[in-house]
Amino acid sequence: MMAENVLHVENVTMQFGGVIAVNNLTMDIGRGEIVALIGPNGAGKTTAFNCITGVYEPTNGLVSYCGGVIARNHPRGKMKKLYSGENADKYLDAPAGEKAVVSHTPDYITSLGIARTFQNIRLFKSMTVFENVLTASHLRRTSNLFSATFRLNAKEERQMREDALALLKTVGLDGVRDDPATSLPYGMQRRLEIARALSTQPKLLLLDEPAAGMNPQETNELTAFIREIREQFGLTVFLIEHHMNLVMDISDRIYVIDFGRQIASGAPAEVQNNPRVIEAYLGVDNNG
Amino acid sequence: MKNKKLRNNILTLILIALVILYLSWLQANSSEHSYAIAILERSAVYAVVAVAMNLLTGFTGLFSLGQAGFMLLGAYTYAILMVPEASRATVYRMFQGNHWITFSLADVFGTAGASAALGMVIALILGGLVAALFAWLIGLPVLRLKSDYLAIATLGFAEIIRAFFQWDTLGPLTNGANVLNGFPYFSSVMSFWLVAGACIAIIVLLLRSTYGRAFRAVRDDEVAAEAMGISLAKHKMISFVTSSFFAGVGGGLLAMYQCMAQASNFKSSMTYEILLIVVIGGIGSITGSVLASFLFTACNEWWLRFLDDESLGVPLFRGGFRKVVFAVIIMLIVLFYRKGIMGDRELDLGAIGRFFRTLPSRLRARSRGKEAR
Amino acid sequence: MPVSVLAQHFLTGISLGGAYALIAIGYTMVYGILRLINFAHGDIFMMAGYFTIFSMAVFPWFVSIPITILATVALGVLVERVAYRPLRKAPRMSVMISAIGVSYLLENLATYLFTAIPKNYPEIPFLKKIFQFGSVSASLVTLITPVLTIILVFLLMQLINHTKMGMAMRAVSKDMETAQIMGIKVDSTISMTFVIGCTLAAIGSILYFTDRMTVYPYSGSLPGLKCFVAAVLGGIGSIPGAVVGGFIIGLCETALVAAGYSTFSDAFTFILLIIILLFRPTGLFGEKATEKV
Repeated sequence: MMAENVLHVENVTMQFGGVIAVNNLTMDIGRGEIVALIGPNGAGKTTAFNCITGVYEPTNGLVSYCGGVIARNHPRGKMKKLYSGENADKYLDAPAGEKAVVSHTPDYITSLGIARTFQNIRLFKSMTVFENVLTASHLRRTSNLFSATFRLNAKEERQMREDALALLKTVGLDGVRDDPATSLPYGMQRRLEIARALSTQPKLLLLDEPAAGMNPQETNELTAFIREIREQFGLTVFLIEHHMNLVMDISDRIYVIDFGRQIASGAPAEVQNNPRVIEAYLGVDNNG
Repeated sequence: MKNKKLRNNILTLILIALVILYLSWLQANSSEHSYAIAILERSAVYAVVAVAMNLLTGFTGLFSLGQAGFMLLGAYTYAILMVPEASRATVYRMFQGNHWITFSLADVFGTAGASAALGMVIALILGGLVAALFAWLIGLPVLRLKSDYLAIATLGFAEIIRAFFQWDTLGPLTNGANVLNGFPYFSSVMSFWLVAGACIAIIVLLLRSTYGRAFRAVRDDEVAAEAMGISLAKHKMISFVTSSFFAGVGGGLLAMYQCMAQASNFKSSMTYEILLIVVIGGIGSITGSVLASFLFTACNEWWLRFLDDESLGVPLFRGGFRKVVFAVIIMLIVLFYRKGIMGDRELDLGAIGRFFRTLPSRLRARSRGKEAR
Repeated sequence: MPVSVLAQHFLTGISLGGAYALIAIGYTMVYGILRLINFAHGDIFMMAGYFTIFSMAVFPWFVSIPITILATVALGVLVERVAYRPLRKAPRMSVMISAIGVSYLLENLATYLFTAIPKNYPEIPFLKKIFQFGSVSASLVTLITPVLTIILVFLLMQLINHTKMGMAMRAVSKDMETAQIMGIKVDSTISMTFVIGCTLAAIGSILYFTDRMTVYPYSGSLPGLKCFVAAVLGGIGSIPGAVVGGFIIGLCETALVAAGYSTFSDAFTFILLIIILLFRPTGLFGEKATEKV
């Protein structure tokens, strides 16, 4: 029996103009799981992330987090005519007491407990390593503009700084904490991004290609690291990745998408031997 | 580390004390130093507005060209509220003495001593609040625009505000296109800098707080900032309203300096000058903006005046040359010293100290190196 | 209001609109290719006015007009070369600040060289000839302006759509880096854009100032902003849009002055700008651009 459902993605379709990037995606993630989303380049994985975190408003479908709907939409306006996906009528009306269209900005979604990292690292370039992590705790403040400006929140500020420092120690970056974030080597920048995301105190962590550009040793370290932070912070992890070793090693379950559609899901061993998955990655051998 | 901080703080306090002493001495000998006093007063005004603009443009990344409009709102609020009721009939004579505001803060607080000063400060704050209110209204639709469009939209709003303040129908309130004067003002250069200092100090405190970090995040990468839970709409608005509040206070200070308020003074060229001051000082440096305000005013009003002097007999020197030279210097800075005087760093007293202390040893190393060759 | 008065105002409106259209094209072309609001364009237009004043003092009109056009183009290309090209890789704010700096420089230079006192614009004799149509009278320049504008725009569209240079401009507008990789000479394409924009601005200035009769150092700043609004109204990046925008603004401004609200004719343009930016930021003919995260 699956643990409490943390993320529920239902029939999510994302259409840009005439192109469907994510097609009728349905996924579930339970508390404490590490779930991977894999697929060839351009399959729509980051777009799926963007639909979950509020960067995009899905064209159709529903996303709920810990039982509450955080995104819900059906083809409206120009999309009504253009929509070429499925389940166009399923989300027209909402159940009693709920709204038919739900849309939130990414910062609200982060405040609910969903944090993410980016495929192309997006650190705050003008800040130091320490400041990058410290800034991400801003959303958990209880002080307001006046108390923050006039230093009436000294206790809270001190706590934020201690927490940021502790996070840096956890990821092993406290030695470089006053260095400009952009001066770090690539692998350390990736770790910094994860530390920064952790600073928002998430329950669900979305990692977009965390191992990109890493060598096998770094990838191994990352694998151990992800397991550690799941334990230490009680996280649920959803990751996009291309490094198959990492994926097979660490995932409890895997979803595979290609051309925006889910083509397989299940435990690593099942997925690995699924002929459709092999075909998607390697192409079909027409001669045998 | 703690000793360094303590030492720097003590040095800063000593510096501030010296400045206060200097300003008091100047004021005491005001008749011989009227030029210096005028420049210091004017640079106080520009310093406030430049730092406020830096908060918005340098630290939050929002390119707004509406400063003149907010200064205008602050100047007029101050002037309108502070003209004594007895003088109003004369001031509003172009409108047959009609005036809509019939109470005056100057009457409430009197015209002498600490009470008068309190009245002036309150009027300045009210000016800032009016500017902040308009900023909030304008910001609601405008802050989500892309940077170039935000610039033009805020420029447009500033022009619209100016047109309204020059409108005859609002004459009994604003005195239309005529000058508003007769209100009390700060008589000492010290007061200007006290107010300016307080404003700048508050902005610095804000920038060093968690909100300041949020502003910088918005500037560095909006997408990442949002993903880290920082609401773009909310923080852009906070920055915009705060910056406009202080621009309004700056406007009130300007009215006091000029002893008058007139809408035609607040053209977009004033915004451009503030922008250029911010660029010269360094976008993202508070001390840079303060230094540049002083340099700009001093050059403009005093040090470069000789360029306008035909009697010197140098070819090219005549009226208007000063501004041309000035404009060329600005272009040189924009093109070759884009970081401005301070870049995005602040004045580091420790660094200056180190520079001088290590001078002898560095010079010795240099000469040794030369001998070795 | 009698038809003849309406017709009179209409003529004035489209004549002003034509001049605005020619200047607006300069803004929209430069924005399309460099993503830069060329704050200095209005001041280049003002300098063109002065160029005409000085060349007409020495040469007859048929020599002066080409001289004005050449001088304006030279100025525009110089500005691009010195103030914009070095900052091409810099963040957008820096280039805009540079444009503001150039505008500041040109205005102060004009004040220094020509004093702030308005100078009289020379009369090009035949342009001021009055024609009568019933109770409506108009000078030749008023009648020529819209016609000339349409012809020039037509020629420009031919250039953009049917010549190699035009194709190069369109390519650089869409994607500068790729255009460069494909072998297009980006620098000369951009210079050409400025040449065209300044030529049209020079012609626009002759038509505009012949009606105005005086030039002073700040004659370009407000018309410049208005023409930028016209470009935004039509859809920034679209030349036909800039033309339509110019005519609309010219007509509205004339209507407001005729109705007695001249103090607001300037503010009105900005109100219009705000409305466009809020409800239809891509303008009448612009294209929507989606941003990839």
